[in-house]
Amino acid sequence: MTVTDTVAETDAAAAVPAISLRDVTRSYQRPRTSLTKPGATVHALRGISFDVAPGEKFGIVGESGCGKSTLLRIISGLDQPTSGTVAINGTDIARLPERKLSFLRADLQLVFQDPMSSLDPRMRIRDIIAEPLVAQGKPNAGKRVAELLEAVGLPPEAAHRFPHQFSGGQRQRISIARALAPDPKILVADEPVSALDVSVRAQVLNVIAELVERLSLTLVFVSHDLSVVHHVCDRVAVMSEGQVVETGDTAQIYQDPQERYTQALVASVPSLRRALSGVSAADLAAAAAAGTNEPGAGLGTTTTTSE
Amino acid sequence: MSAGAEQSASLPGGDVLTVRGLSVTVRDIKLVQDIDLTIKAGERVGLIGESGSGKSLTALSIMGLLPEDLIPEGSVRLIGVPHDLVGADEKAMSKVRGLRLAMVFQEPMTALNPTMRVGDQVAEVMLIHNTRPSKSAVRADTVELFDQVGLPNPAEIVRAYPHQLSGGQRQRVVVALALANDPALLVCDEPTTALDVTVQALVLDLIVRGVVAREAAMMFITHDLAVVATVCQRVLVMYGGRVVETGTVQEVFTTPRHRYTEGLIAASDLDMLDDEGRLITIPGSVPAAGRFPAGCVFRSRCPAATEVCATQPEWTEVDGRGYACHHPANVSSSREGV
Repeated sequence: MTVTDTVAETDAAAAVPAISLRDVTRSYQRPRTSLTKPGATVHALRGISFDVAPGEKFGIVGESGCGKSTLLRIISGLDQPTSGTVAINGTDIARLPERKLSFLRADLQLVFQDPMSSLDPRMRIRDIIAEPLVAQGKPNAGKRVAELLEAVGLPPEAAHRFPHQFSGGQRQRISIARALAPDPKILVADEPVSALDVSVRAQVLNVIAELVERLSLTLVFVSHDLSVVHHVCDRVAVMSEGQVVETGDTAQIYQDPQERYTQALVASVPSLRRALSGVSAADLAAAAAAGTNEPGAGLGTTTTTSE
Repeated sequence: MSAGAEQSASLPGGDVLTVRGLSVTVRDIKLVQDIDLTIKAGERVGLIGESGSGKSLTALSIMGLLPEDLIPEGSVRLIGVPHDLVGADEKAMSKVRGLRLAMVFQEPMTALNPTMRVGDQVAEVMLIHNTRPSKSAVRADTVELFDQVGLPNPAEIVRAYPHQLSGGQRQRVVVALALANDPALLVCDEPTTALDVTVQALVLDLIVRGVVAREAAMMFITHDLAVVATVCQRVLVMYGGRVVETGTVQEVFTTPRHRYTEGLIAASDLDMLDDEGRLITIPGSVPAAGRFPAGCVFRSRCPAATEVCATQPEWTEVDGRGYACHHPANVSSSREGV
């Protein structure tokens, strides 16, 4: 998949985008705290618009509470937007009832963050991987399971075991195999490597990159770590407080972020190279404080014990 | 905080923590073997390695918090504590924990009591150890500590419950709790893994400033090499329950000797690709406890392993720079780092 940014954009104009969002908003009503007044409204998404071309690797970066999980739920048809349209392969799913979403369940699959809680501990791996096929009424899961295990680099014996017999990285491979079972066109990965060790992270990122390439998938990759997105994705949208603050070519945003928030996000990631050249925790904190409202680093005063 | 300052009056440069021959055994399986480490006052030491390499067990045995069926051996001495921490009974340990020795855990939500106001939790650690002259002094110091860790409106936030705070704020409370009695040693076990990157930067800064201001020693556990390089001065690399390499952050990360360290550094570098454009990985995964090979623990995954690796490699140490490897990397010429 060598879709460069420009090609992707012209493709998006010509062909039907894999994912197309227009002014998507989502508000939640807090429970009432007073008898006379309704509860406060939380605006989780405030007008999100972007297109993801078929075959594109698209990253979404943002911190907890910025609305990226809400956005993913809406794209996956697990939640409905308050307003706006969400078109997957040209079909608006924003108002569709669950029974009309079967095409989406086959075309779009998810890999979750925590491989511990997203695999049923009482099911054998073969049943876990075959479950999307069973749910969609597709027969002959056995052969497909063996294929998928091989694709994600697990031995065939793994089919008979239970999730607790695997390490975190292996469990994430199982999640990927399950997501790929119905032969989807779009893979949505929600922080798939943030619960993993660095060495395992590299292995899982390689598996994802290889499969996306081989199966010509459209990838939506969500992460809080711009350096991971930089490695995986062609294009990225940076989210903050329910809005996309910056979008563009990943390398360009990583090298030369324009928005204050993105700059803080890039500068506050600890890096081995920069640390060895003398960047201290105080420097990172100063960079982080410059772009966020989190108090603390700007205190300036040293925390010497008084008296 | 006069009382606390007096207690941590350890000489700068003196050994705060001395661990000798620490091993942890469950039934007949050795989970941690022969750990030797010394941390001086004001020194920040990192402990790195993958999950299952024994980092957290090392920290828990220093804290005396190992589960009951795990048996520690060896010696752990802390400055100002007359007895050995290994084998000390709960009564003795509870006098040390929270006073001379404090820990910041990974998950602030599980480290805090959800049914207690955060201010009371911080006050509790001062009341239990009797480090303040009066209850009003405890209250005043709690607010002051909250202010030091950068919590907004400290006078009001002491009355909040943990669920009312954000993840970053909760971790700040945990840091305040750990620093309340000016401990001689602060143990941090992945304190920022659960936090966002910008919040992580702020909390790391906070921990470093808190430790530096108190001239306390710090042991920092993480699998994130970049975090260790940012906050620590010295680093120990663990694998298979053993320390495989040690040295200053600069030495270990620019010219790693042990093949495992070399692999970890390559795997955490997202800009370095192999010939096929893939990220560089360490082949295989960490074996389960007790399944590590005899001899060099890393030889089952090591690209440079030969027959000689079936014997336990000697620990080579010069000026605090040590490693245990038969085929060390970067020996003849110091290669362009990372």
